[in-house]
Amino acid sequence: MTASLTMVGRSIRLSRRNLDLVIMAIVLPVLMMALFVYVFGGAISPTQSYVDYVVPGILVLCTGYGATSTAMSVTDDMRKGVVDRFRSMPISGFSVLTGHVVASVARNALATSAVVLVALLMGFRPSASAGSWVLAMGLLALYVLALSWLAAGFGVIARTVESASLLGFFMLFVPYLSSAFVPVATMPSWLRAVSEHQPITPVIETVRALLNDQPVTSGWLALAWSGGLLLAAFGWATWLFSRISRR
Amino acid sequence: MIVETEGLTKRYGSTAVLAGLDLKVAEGSVLALLGPNGAGKTTTIRILTTLTRPDGGAARVCGFDVVRSAADVRGVISLTGQYAAVDEEQTGRENLVMIGRLRRSSRSAARARAGELLERFDLVDAADRRVRTYSGGMRRRLDLAMSLVARPRLLFLDEPTTGLDPVSRTTMWDAIGDLVRDGVTIFLTTQYLEEADRLADRIVVLHNGGVVADGTADALKNSVGGTRLDLVFSCAEDALRARDVVGGVVDGPTLSVPSDGSAAHLHRVLDDLRVARVGVLRVSAHRPTLDDVFTSLTAVAA
Repeated sequence: MTASLTMVGRSIRLSRRNLDLVIMAIVLPVLMMALFVYVFGGAISPTQSYVDYVVPGILVLCTGYGATSTAMSVTDDMRKGVVDRFRSMPISGFSVLTGHVVASVARNALATSAVVLVALLMGFRPSASAGSWVLAMGLLALYVLALSWLAAGFGVIARTVESASLLGFFMLFVPYLSSAFVPVATMPSWLRAVSEHQPITPVIETVRALLNDQPVTSGWLALAWSGGLLLAAFGWATWLFSRISRR
Repeated sequence: MIVETEGLTKRYGSTAVLAGLDLKVAEGSVLALLGPNGAGKTTTIRILTTLTRPDGGAARVCGFDVVRSAADVRGVISLTGQYAAVDEEQTGRENLVMIGRLRRSSRSAARARAGELLERFDLVDAADRRVRTYSGGMRRRLDLAMSLVARPRLLFLDEPTTGLDPVSRTTMWDAIGDLVRDGVTIFLTTQYLEEADRLADRIVVLHNGGVVADGTADALKNSVGGTRLDLVFSCAEDALRARDVVGGVVDGPTLSVPSDGSAAHLHRVLDDLRVARVGVLRVSAHRPTLDDVFTSLTAVAA
């Protein structure tokens, strides 16, 4: 337990000192939101105010940036020999990765707060009750935790920091194939099949419904996807870490 | 025996990095594993520190099997790897306290130990600066200090001075010498004969994944001769004929003969060649380099 807490302290201290990483994680999603609301928003013009529609999508996009930086910092540790030092000490692989994952969730919480604050300035008017806010943020946190473990696993297998950053390409691309920015109904039917059945869509739909006080239709599905992903990614990442010695 | 290996093997793809390594290290001694790049030095250290699994054979550290009881091994050793494993964006003090906490010391004990080590390794002035600003020598000293936080019984040093300037190298040697006096068993790898000579009581020369020589620095030097005589002849044929008389290694018209450096030996070589009627053009004497040790040892092994 002490080891895990020490590792969390280390990772948070390291991310605080890597300011450009934190700024990227906050500024990019905010700029993306401005882009969608002011540039595309008028053209897309869905039934509700577009900023209310797009905020949950931007929050999920944020998690992609967060996951990428997590994968990169894990790979950086692996390459620099720091992990060799930790692995030659009597501490578990779990605690080494936990440090990165918890710092990742903390960075994401910061980015999420920044996006919500700026969104409020841009006219975001969520009609959610306090309880719905808690549920929405809780679901998002679970999803971020799952994604962070997935990113930690990628960080362990990536050979270079550059290849770890490839994860970012996928993490930033996949949200576009969901209901993040436009309703799935507007897509061609083959793409709809993909978008409706990928894990991001139920998460976004649930967060959106909770924040805009609409009936939640995919809550259990979102919970199942996130929980399942968390279990699988956690198992995968710790298994990979324990197998490093076989290389 | 604090370290014991039997028939250790490791392959990477089609390359056999270790081909049946047998080693024994006594507690309280300093062993230097000497060898060129690719001889298997780092792989040996990685197996003994539980970072890599061997393909075959067995290795025990402090009586614990490195594969089955990896956690017990980790409890008694420390590793200072080839590349300083320090966090650039943390200060020297933060790095040391972190290791103390990971070794389950209380916060105050970890801070106190960090203070002691900063003093001992002459890092007090730089203690609260980020490691990013440290010189290569300071990094290595911090790296070594981090390995000593938990007072290990056995310390592994993988090429502790490679890439350091002469002054930093001497400082590192002094620091390692202090540890030896404290009774820590040290297992180090190096490419420098001088380093092995200065630090180790026993040197094991590794070549192609196996041991080709094992003994004290003196014994190793004597095995190749304290000095090498280079005899130059008018043609390669003469050099070959001379080799049949006095031994040695031929390279074109040059014959290299191991020697103890004494005038008597030189006389004897030249007398033998005169008797055999082989004319020598020039003679020069060379102090042995690590290359000579390897040339001679690997010639014997082949």
